[in-house]
Amino acid sequence: MSADRHRYVSTDRRVREDRRFVVGKGQFVADIDLPHMRHVALVTCPYPAARIKTIDKSAALAMPGVHYVLDGRELAEATLPLMTGLDTPNVPRRPLATDVARYAGEWVAAVVADTRALAEDAAEKVRITYEKLPFVLDAEQAIQAGAVLVHQAHGSNVLLDKTFVWGEVEKDFAASPRKLSLRVKWGRSATVPIETFGVAASWDPWREMLDVYASIQMPRYADQISIALQIPVTSVRVHHDVDVGGSYGVKRGIKHTVLCGYLTRRLGFPVRLIEDRLENMRGGDAHGPERLFDVDVAFDDNGIVRSMKMRALENVGAYAGRSPFQLGKPIGAIVGPYKIKSVQYRAVAVVTNKTTQEAVRGFGQGPTNLALERTMDEVANALGLDRLEIRRRNMIRREEFPYTIPSGTTYDSGDYHAVIDKVLANTSYEELKKERDRLRAGGKLAGIGIAACLEPSGGNATFEALLNPSITTSTFMDSCRINVDGMGTITASMHTTSSGQGHETLLGTVIGEVLQVDPDSIRVTRPDSLNSLPSGTPVGSRMAIMLGGAAFHAAHKLKAKLTAIGAHDLGILLERAVYKDGTVSERDAPQNKRAWGDLVQIAFRNYHRMPDGLEPGLAVSHVMQVPTGGTLPTADGRVQMYPCFSFEFHLVLLAIDPDLGTPEIMRYRVGHDCGTVINPKIVRGMTMGGIAHGIGAALYEEFAYDGEGQLMAQSFMDYLLPSSLEVPAVEIIQHVTHSPNTVLGQKGSGESGYLGAPAAVANAVNDALKPLGVSINTLPLKLSKLGDLIAEARDKKGN
Amino acid sequence: MRIELNVNGTLHEIEVEPRTTLLDCLRDLLDLKGAHAGCEHGVCGACTVLFDGEAVRSCLMFAAQAAGTPITTIEGVTPGPGELSPIQDAFCETHGTQCGYCTPAMILVAHALLADNPEPTREEIVEAISGNICRCTGYAQIVEAIALAAERMRGANRPRSLSK
Repeated sequence: MSADRHRYVSTDRRVREDRRFVVGKGQFVADIDLPHMRHVALVTCPYPAARIKTIDKSAALAMPGVHYVLDGRELAEATLPLMTGLDTPNVPRRPLATDVARYAGEWVAAVVADTRALAEDAAEKVRITYEKLPFVLDAEQAIQAGAVLVHQAHGSNVLLDKTFVWGEVEKDFAASPRKLSLRVKWGRSATVPIETFGVAASWDPWREMLDVYASIQMPRYADQISIALQIPVTSVRVHHDVDVGGSYGVKRGIKHTVLCGYLTRRLGFPVRLIEDRLENMRGGDAHGPERLFDVDVAFDDNGIVRSMKMRALENVGAYAGRSPFQLGKPIGAIVGPYKIKSVQYRAVAVVTNKTTQEAVRGFGQGPTNLALERTMDEVANALGLDRLEIRRRNMIRREEFPYTIPSGTTYDSGDYHAVIDKVLANTSYEELKKERDRLRAGGKLAGIGIAACLEPSGGNATFEALLNPSITTSTFMDSCRINVDGMGTITASMHTTSSGQGHETLLGTVIGEVLQVDPDSIRVTRPDSLNSLPSGTPVGSRMAIMLGGAAFHAAHKLKAKLTAIGAHDLGILLERAVYKDGTVSERDAPQNKRAWGDLVQIAFRNYHRMPDGLEPGLAVSHVMQVPTGGTLPTADGRVQMYPCFSFEFHLVLLAIDPDLGTPEIMRYRVGHDCGTVINPKIVRGMTMGGIAHGIGAALYEEFAYDGEGQLMAQSFMDYLLPSSLEVPAVEIIQHVTHSPNTVLGQKGSGESGYLGAPAAVANAVNDALKPLGVSINTLPLKLSKLGDLIAEARDKKGN
Repeated sequence: MRIELNVNGTLHEIEVEPRTTLLDCLRDLLDLKGAHAGCEHGVCGACTVLFDGEAVRSCLMFAAQAAGTPITTIEGVTPGPGELSPIQDAFCETHGTQCGYCTPAMILVAHALLADNPEPTREEIVEAISGNICRCTGYAQIVEAIALAAERMRGANRPRSLSK
C-alpha cells in the first residue's frame, strides 16, 4: 500500500476515546464499585532495613468494620514469589515483607475494612516492633566488598554484571588520537501518573473465577497472577475495559494484585486497593532508573567517534522485577544515530535499600541517550568544534540504511540530516546563537541545547534473552479480531488495556482504511483476558506497529474473504474481482457487482452461494509476530532488537538567572520522524507530553533520599511535576521516513519526546554554564543545585 | 452528620462523617465519578469542582463545608446524554486529553476561566490551568482547546452579518 495516499490514515481525525473522557465518563478502577466490596490500606515499614519482630493486630481487629489484617508470613505461605526477569531465587519479591523489610515504605501488613478511611484508621492501630538493620542506599557503595547486604542469602548486592564487546574496541581506542571520559548520572525519577495504581479483585468460589479490574499496563499480567496465587490462568479474568489514568510504563501493580487476589479468596468478598499518593510514591514499586554512567570515547581530530566504552550502574532498589532489563533495551540502539564502529558495554544492576523500580517510558533508553548526547557535546568541546557539526559528521546518512550497529541490530530507515535541516529551516542555527549571545549580553547565563535520539519501537524485547540466557523468548505478538455481524456492521477487538494512547482510534482508522469504510462505524471492543488473543500490551512503543499491524492483516483477510465470496457469486475468477468501498465487482464490467449487504447475506444466510471450503460468517483474526523478530542472541551477544527506529532532533534555547539559578526554556523546537503518522492529533500529543515529561526529569523531578534512607519526595509538593508554567510552547516539525518493516510505514511515537528532552535540556544548561568554566552531569538539574554551582563558580572567578 | 448539598442544581440530603471530604462525598455518596483523586493534598487539581463558580479542590474541603453553596461537577456542565458543551467539544477537536484522568478538572477550570474572561490570552489560559497537572499532554492541546472554545463561544451569538 502506498503510504501517502490514504483515506483515513494520516488525516486529522478526532480521537474516539476523548468523548467519554471530556464528560468524566472514563471507567477508571476507582470508579468500579463491586457489590459488597471492602477496602484495603497498608501498614508500611518506617525504616530502610529492619527485621520484623512482632505484629500485634488485636487493636485493629477490635475496631467495628475491620475485617482482616494480613501479614507477610501468611501471604508467603499461600503464594509464590512474584515473577522476576533475572534468575535470582535468593532475592524473592513478595507483596508484603516477611521477616525483613528492605526499604522505608515497604508494605508489611494489609488491613481490610468497610471503607478506605476505616482501613487507614485501623492501619494506624497495627503495632509492629522492628529491629533496625544496617542499610545501603548508594549503588557505588553497594558494590564494594564488605558492603551491607540487602539480601543476605544472595551473597552480594549485584544482580547483574555483564560485559559485551562488539567490534575491535581496544584496537579502535589505540588507533584513535583523542579520548575523553565522562561521568553522567540520571537521577531517580519516574512517570508518576496522576491516577495512582489501583486494583479490585473478586473471587467466585463456585465458578472458580478471580475477576480482576486494574489500572494495569503489563505483559503477562494474568499469567503472573496465576503463578503467584497458584490457580489456573483460566481462573483469572482480567477486565481490559478499565481505563488507565496514565502509566507510561509504570502501572505494573502485580504485588497489589496478588495481595488483593489472596484477600478476596481468603475472605470471600471483593476487595479493592487504591494507592494513596504516599503509598504510590514510597511503596508502589514505581520508581524509575537511577543510573550512573562512565563513558569513554575514542575519536579523531575531525570529531569522528570511533569507539565507545560505557559502564552503566543501575540502582534498582530493594527487589528486582523486570527493572534490571532496563539496562538491556538500550543495547538495541546503543550508538544512537551515530556510526560508532565498536562498543564495549558493561551493565551492572545492584540492589539497595530504596524503593523498587519498574519500567519507565523508554525502558532505560532515556538515561542512555543522556549519556550519549552529553558525550557528543563534550567531544565537540574538546576539539573546539561546533556541537551540531559534530553530530552531522557522525550521523548515519540516509543512503546507508538499513544500517547494522555493532550490537547486531539493523536500523530500518531514517533521514537524520534532513530532519535537522528542516528544524533549522525557519530560524537558522546562527540566528539562534545570536539570540543566545544577546541573552548573555543582557546578564543571563544562556545556552543552546542539542540532542538527537532514537526511539526503538515495536517491542522485540530480545534483551531478555541477552541478559538472561535461560530465557528463550523470541515471540512478541499482538492480535486483532474482526467480526462482521449478520446486520453487516463491523466489530474489532483488541486484547489489552490502554492508558491514553488512543488504541481504539488506531484500530478503527487502520481497519477503515483497508476496508474503505468509515472508521467511526466500526465498534472497537476489549474482551476480557479469557476471551482475548495474545497481546504484548502497550509496551516498547509498539502498538501502532503491532496492534495496527495485526488490524491491518486481519482487515486484509476479511477483504480477501469478501472478495472470494463476491467473485464466486458473480461467477468470475478471483483475479477478475475487485474490492472497492465494500463492494466486489468485475474488473472490466463494474456493473456486475455484489454490494456489502449482498456479501453479508451470502456469508450469513445463503450457504448455498458460498464458495467451497470457506467458513460461513465473516470472522477473521490475525496474530502478528513482531517484524524482524524471531531470532535469539548470538554467542557474542548480538541480536536484532525492535523493528523500527523513530528519530528526533531537539533544539533548545535556555536561560538561567545567574543570581537565582532559575532555568527558563526560551525556545523549544523538535524535529520528529516516526514514519507514517496514523493520527496526527495523537502523535503530536504524545510527542508534546513526552517532552514535558523529559523536562521534568531534567530539571525538577527526583525521588531523593536523605542519609537515613527516608524518601524525601513523599508528596507533589516535593516531587515536582511540571505544570503549564514550566512547559514551554514547543514547535514540532514533522518529517516522514517510512519504515520498510511495518504495514503503513509507521514507527513508534510514545517515547521519543521523553528520550530526547532531558539530554537537550542538560546540554543547554551546560552550554549556559560554559562561560563560568563549570559543567554539571547529574540529573535533575535542580534550581538549588544550579544556584550553588553558579555561586561557587562566580566566587572562584572573583565576581 | 446530616447535610444538604446543592450539586448541579439538585439538593441532596445526605449523612456524612464530619471528616468526609467533598471529593469522597461526591464520588462515593452521590455517585458523581467525574471528579478524580490524584494526590489528595491539593497539588494536582484532578479533583477540581466549581464552588459557586470558582474552581476549587474538592479533596481539600470537607463535604460539610460545602453545604449551602452551589457545587458544579463535570456531570453538571455536560448538556445532556451524548451531548458536549462547547468546551468539551473543543477538547475533542484539539485532542486536549489522553488518558482522561485530569480532563474533567481541566474542563471545569476552563469553564470558570471563560465565565470571567471570554477572550483570554495564551498566558491567561496557561496561568488558569497551572494548578492542574496533566502528565500526558504537555498542555499544548489543552491550551489550544480552551482558546478554541473561547473563540467559538464568543462567536456563538454573533449576528450573521458580523460573522466571517
